[in-house]
Amino acid sequence: MARSNTQERPSRLFRNLSAKIAAVPMILTAMVVFVGFSVWTVVHSFTKSGLLPRLNFVGTLQYERLWNSDKWLISIQNLVIFGGCMLVLSFVIGFVLACLLDQKIRYEGVFRTILLYPFALSFVVTGVVWQWMLNPDFGVQSIVRGIGWESFAFDPLNNGKIVMFGVVIAALWQGSGFVMVLLLAGLRGIDDEIWKATRVDGVPAWKTYLFVIVPMLRPVFVTTLVIVTAGIVKVYDLVVAQTDGGPGIASEVPAKYVYDQMFLNQNLGQGFAASTMMLLTVAVIIIPWAYLEFGGKKRG
Amino acid sequence: MADIAFVIPRGAKPRRRISSRNVIIYGTLIVVALYYLLPLYVMVVTSLKGLPEVRMGNIFSPPVEITFEPWVKAWSQACTGLNCDGLKRGFWNSVRITVPSVFISILIASINGYALANWKFKGAEFFFAVLMIGAFIPYQVMIYPTVILLRELGLYGSLTGLVLVHTIFGMPILTLLFRNYFAALPDELFKAARVDGTGFWGIYFRIMLPLSVPICVVAVILQVTGIWNDFLFGVVFTKPEYYPMTVQLNNIVNTTTGVKEYNVNMAATILTGIVPLVIYFVSGRLFVRGIAAGAVKG
Amino acid sequence: MKDNKLVTTETSLAIKGLQLSFGAIQVLKDVNIEIGQGEFIVLLGGSGSGKSTILNCIAGLLDITDGQIFINGKNVTWKEPKDRGIGMVFQSYALYPQMSVRGNLAFGLKNARMPKDEIARRIKRAAEILQIEDYLDRKPAALSGGQRQRVAIGRALVRDVDVFLFDEPLSNLDAKLRAELRVEIKRLHDRLGNTMVYVTHDQIEAMTLADRIALLRHGVIQQFASPAEIYSKPVNIYVAGFIGSPSMNFINGQITGREFAFNAHKVNLAGYDGHLRDGPAILGVRPEHTGFRTDGPGIDATVEMQEHMGAESVLHLRLDGQRFTLRTPDDTHYPEGTRLRLTLDISRASLFDPQSELRL
Repeated sequence: MARSNTQERPSRLFRNLSAKIAAVPMILTAMVVFVGFSVWTVVHSFTKSGLLPRLNFVGTLQYERLWNSDKWLISIQNLVIFGGCMLVLSFVIGFVLACLLDQKIRYEGVFRTILLYPFALSFVVTGVVWQWMLNPDFGVQSIVRGIGWESFAFDPLNNGKIVMFGVVIAALWQGSGFVMVLLLAGLRGIDDEIWKATRVDGVPAWKTYLFVIVPMLRPVFVTTLVIVTAGIVKVYDLVVAQTDGGPGIASEVPAKYVYDQMFLNQNLGQGFAASTMMLLTVAVIIIPWAYLEFGGKKRG
Repeated sequence: MADIAFVIPRGAKPRRRISSRNVIIYGTLIVVALYYLLPLYVMVVTSLKGLPEVRMGNIFSPPVEITFEPWVKAWSQACTGLNCDGLKRGFWNSVRITVPSVFISILIASINGYALANWKFKGAEFFFAVLMIGAFIPYQVMIYPTVILLRELGLYGSLTGLVLVHTIFGMPILTLLFRNYFAALPDELFKAARVDGTGFWGIYFRIMLPLSVPICVVAVILQVTGIWNDFLFGVVFTKPEYYPMTVQLNNIVNTTTGVKEYNVNMAATILTGIVPLVIYFVSGRLFVRGIAAGAVKG
Repeated sequence: MKDNKLVTTETSLAIKGLQLSFGAIQVLKDVNIEIGQGEFIVLLGGSGSGKSTILNCIAGLLDITDGQIFINGKNVTWKEPKDRGIGMVFQSYALYPQMSVRGNLAFGLKNARMPKDEIARRIKRAAEILQIEDYLDRKPAALSGGQRQRVAIGRALVRDVDVFLFDEPLSNLDAKLRAELRVEIKRLHDRLGNTMVYVTHDQIEAMTLADRIALLRHGVIQQFASPAEIYSKPVNIYVAGFIGSPSMNFINGQITGREFAFNAHKVNLAGYDGHLRDGPAILGVRPEHTGFRTDGPGIDATVEMQEHMGAESVLHLRLDGQRFTLRTPDDTHYPEGTRLRLTLDISRASLFDPQSELRL
């Protein structure tokens, strides 16, 4: 090998140039929209922005106002009620239904299709339907009274104290099928031989579910939990369609507060501060999860 | 993971005979299924009644006299604000929003997924991680800067602007979907194509894209239902004449003026829900695969 | 290093100082290989030895960290795979599933903007050589594993290149088909005379196909020599243990003059092919290079177990408390506890330095 027509190593930057060009929309979305815009909003939450965004910093004034606002406090309270009920009930219902569907039953596909179809609908549709279902004059309350239980009272849409439960009912109708499908996929991912082993050992089915399957499903539970929680924090369309925050401000939620401040009240600073609080809430959930999920992978 | 799992039901012991166990299982499932179907039934029943009959009876009673007038009214006469030309405008707006959004978002996300799965350039994993975390950021945080961006681009209030927004915010889940799909294809196929002298775009259009038809169908289902059902982006980024169907439905139902026409409202609700419902019932397992894609780890 | 069996006038493929690192992990450490025109080279090693990695570097599918690669005298270190003059065959066949066999064969040629009649001519020739004319219009999914691998070979063939790269091409096939295709690849090489670089973990494939074998471990070439030399004169204990089945027996002992002493035994080293020196050493004897009888002189060993294979059998013995295997064409049954006398064929044995593990 006498001939040595040595080549220079091409610049790293231009290796796979097409791939890099093709990834530009993704890089822009990630860095400009997701990172840049979030930072922009957080920065502007410390300003006095009103009708237009301005960089006249006022420290934490917007946050002080926010936490002194009745509407925001009710929003947070509602989010806690809604979130708590949704998490507990959607997981209980979803898991029980998933276990029932996992019993090698006939017509499993039919049942699954029925239990999941609300998830294909818009929150607006769900909100409007349940507004009608819970209508005190024609809906559930009037029917129960019609049967003969004259004193029966369940009109969440007109009663500020229980209005959030009306929203929870609608959200459960729409979302528990989703939880069921994810958990069912998890159940199906479990090795059949686990079941054979527990049968050989004579463990009853319910014990197997509780002490063997649930711990094995932990990753599926955690992932589903994160997705459902992120969805709860974002809840907006459902409330707008079903109650529009009413009666009064009894069913306000943070996402609606943000929208109202930004686009109706021309109080951008408040909107930015409130949305930053939403970001913070999600971060508190996501960061430990991402750490467990992706930090753990490197160690394993 | 999910779609394969549904093909072979596994789990507890199979039993054929009628036992108390089976009665409990089927009984519970049938009751729950009826409950889930109830709102759909109420929607249909109410929409087929005349307004006097709606006011007289209860919501569950079947219509005595079937009328399609509420449907006609919802489609072509229902009022939102000053416009009284019905839901059909919203329907066509939704079509004009959904079709290009679905096409463009899938095209871009599939290129992203392909670049991420097969070309692994420096920094790719980092940008992908940012994109995935971004999927969890509440839209409210990014919505106002997006308004400014669209205004600067001269797209604020236009259908094009909304298409851009759907492409951006649909990117994380779709990119994940395609990245995982392409990563599961044998790496050697990609190597063989390179030895055969195909470049980045050649491999994408001639090898990868023809192989990605199944995942494209899943993505289309996911995006059509997602974009059709969107409310927030529609209300923030468009002006009233371009409002999608969901926004228009909300405005029709929750208008504070005039008599509440429940039967028209329910007809409008069914009309709004019919597109995603048809897609759901037709696609079956693929829909499940689409929504499970977000939960299955990459 | 040069094999004297083959007269190589021209170098076909040369790898100089090849290094590859992924972050802090060094996968290949200073790999140097020079391959003559028309040689059949096998890269052999266990998983993680770097054998496939070298092949991917030759093909240009991996960006190397340092070093240079020459094909037919041209520096191709930073050339695109298609411009290197190589054809490649993969373990999973990697046929394009949406294209017919014909389409698969034509794809690379169309990319190179070759005239249609030339493409047709080349496909016809490759199809004849590989006997795949009958299913040129089928999709890969309609073919058997063996047929698919023929098509994959055809895809490399039509490119009319000087160097063929095979990445474990037979690993996905069952044992019978593997043996058949092995012979066919050998025949193909005899007929075409191309340079071939073949990656495998199967030593039988390596021994039967190769002009020379490069045996790799942890990204370092241990020995690069003809199969016969690797078998008879392994450079170190790793190579000695890797080649041959069952594995070579190793006995710790001491060399004094022309004698190897271990435990109470003494073996005369007359006829050993190598350089003897006094001191501790490890004697390596292949199971098939050990003779035995039931009485008379020899080293005492006891039968523990016998594996019968029809034409031959493997005896698992105990020798001074250590395991020792022996392969013999004798299929007589020796019950457990039978005492045998062993004779070691020193002319075909190897002695290793215990420190450096190198052959003496």
